[in-house]
Amino acid sequence: MDSVILKTAIRFLLPLLLLASVFLFLRGHNEPGGGFVGGLLASGAIALYAMTHGAAAARQVVRLPPRFLIGAGLLFALVSGVAPLFFGRPFLTGLWTKITTEGLGELHIGTPLLFDLGVYCVVTGVTLVFVFSLLEE
Amino acid sequence: MNAQAVVILPIALPLATMVMLLLSLKSIPAQKLIGVVGSALLLLSTATLAWLVDRDGILVLQAGNWPAPFGITLVADRLSSIMVLLAGLMVFAVSVYSLASVDNSRVRFGFHPLIQLLLMGVCGAFLTGDLFNLYVWFEVMLIASFVLLTLGGERGQLEGAIKYVTLNLISSAVFLAAIGVIYAATGTLNMADLALKLRSFPNEGTVSVLSMLFLIAFGTKAAVFPLFFWLPASYHTPPVAVSAIFAGLLTKVGVYSLIRAFTLLFVTDLEFTHNLLLLIAGLTMVTGVLGAMAQNEVRRILSFHIVSQIGYMVMGLALFTPLALAGTVFYIIHHIVVKTNLFLIGGVVEQRFRTGRLERIGGLYRSAPVLATVFFLSAMSLAGVPPLSGFFAKLTLIRGGLEAERYAIVVAALVVSLLTLFSMTKIWSEAFWKPPPGDAVTDVSSRNRSRTGRACLYGPTILLASITVGIGVMAGPVMNASMATAEQLLDQNAYINAVLPDGPTGQVPAVSRERRSP
Repeated sequence: MDSVILKTAIRFLLPLLLLASVFLFLRGHNEPGGGFVGGLLASGAIALYAMTHGAAAARQVVRLPPRFLIGAGLLFALVSGVAPLFFGRPFLTGLWTKITTEGLGELHIGTPLLFDLGVYCVVTGVTLVFVFSLLEE
Repeated sequence: MNAQAVVILPIALPLATMVMLLLSLKSIPAQKLIGVVGSALLLLSTATLAWLVDRDGILVLQAGNWPAPFGITLVADRLSSIMVLLAGLMVFAVSVYSLASVDNSRVRFGFHPLIQLLLMGVCGAFLTGDLFNLYVWFEVMLIASFVLLTLGGERGQLEGAIKYVTLNLISSAVFLAAIGVIYAATGTLNMADLALKLRSFPNEGTVSVLSMLFLIAFGTKAAVFPLFFWLPASYHTPPVAVSAIFAGLLTKVGVYSLIRAFTLLFVTDLEFTHNLLLLIAGLTMVTGVLGAMAQNEVRRILSFHIVSQIGYMVMGLALFTPLALAGTVFYIIHHIVVKTNLFLIGGVVEQRFRTGRLERIGGLYRSAPVLATVFFLSAMSLAGVPPLSGFFAKLTLIRGGLEAERYAIVVAALVVSLLTLFSMTKIWSEAFWKPPPGDAVTDVSSRNRSRTGRACLYGPTILLASITVGIGVMAGPVMNASMATAEQLLDQNAYINAVLPDGPTGQVPAVSRERRSP
């Protein structure tokens, strides 16, 4: 795609879109959002970059191979499922802990967040495999 | 970790192996090593599970600590644990076999992670106690199988895959529709809860419609008459290691679901459902074996025999007596081992001659005596010649048929058995006895294959053949296990009480604190 406007704009849009995807991912625990839509947004941003700057340049931006992202995402999900077993709870039971931080107040961190991170990585990885394969056809 | 954690291992281990494989996709030696080690671990874990279930009875795991009718329940009873054990054994044999038979380009494209994904789906389907979760595992398994079927992209593969994908998607759609209707009718998808609710369901017509929808959905996966056409159209096209695991496990997931549905859920109108199943069983047996007789290629013949043997398994379910159900369980154990092995052997034959067509091959009795021996054992076992495993499986089913005084199906089973013997003899005399035809291409490279390569091809076939003989020699213990499984299947209350320990209530149990998210 030869549009100069898009080519220039995407340089600024890419970090913003990635940031928005992280926001959506974190928001998703109790409100609309989550790992799936966050991952889609992230891969959409990278897909735009790949369309304007070529797949090779986009691969450099991601750094990790997309298939590796899929594997890592599945690993996160698996760990969040297996972790409760070591605490005598059934598979996939949510484990929660509270962290008190300056400024942000009390944070609840738990294995569901890790699971969602896994979803984020898998969705990004799978979509990027599609996008890169189509662009490099 | 407690004993219940073992229930999740047959699902979590393939996933863990798949993750490792995906993270090391570039290195072919790592793919092969991790694939085999992961399969061996899966086999170990399933054996542990089977041992625990035999010792402690039904094991139940409530995923996420949500109580039974609301969360997803995983249930390992005797049937489930036997099925996952067989799945573990098959994937181990096939992983070892694939080391020497699957080409590197397929390995690079993810053959090993896909096999593990397939196994995760298969084990999940065997272990779940929730109908919708069963649908999800079916999909996991199907997606993996679609890719495995087309991996390599050869012309024949794609042609077979189109039929396979289309029919399986239709059956999935029917399954999903049936789930929707059953949820609308009863308000639950937990199988134990459903069993209770369907017992006293006021509208018998709805239950009959539901049972037929599930019969079509599971029947297509199991390849029963008249829904089996996808199977012989696709199973001979992919690499042998893939066909072998498909032949051993995929249709059996359908059979398992049929058994689960028609021993636990739809047992109120036996007159209608189980008589229909008996008719289907007879027709499946006969059409399958007749189809096999018309074929002239090793894997095509074997594919049609899968269909015919599904008939035997459904026969035991349809007769619905403890003895007949034990026959079904015994038959499944025997069939998975023998059928996978015959495909693996067929693969070695195809590799030698670069074709599976019977008129282009021959002389294997002289040139490959070990192969001839393992083939002979497996083929005779399939036909039901004593003292091999198939004999006892068929004997139990036929005794069950005689006891229930269903003579027509007994006659059908005996005649089909004879025709199976005929068709196995055909492969034997063509591929093994007859001198090789003058124009036969013998693949020299496979003959000069390294010692380890040969061990990878022959090892699994010898292992599976000795298991076939072992089941025949130790028919007593296997029979006892099958009998115990059948009795457990017929005792629906045991299953229901294991899943719903607080009794058959529709009330909401108090949600404990740890379960609630903040």
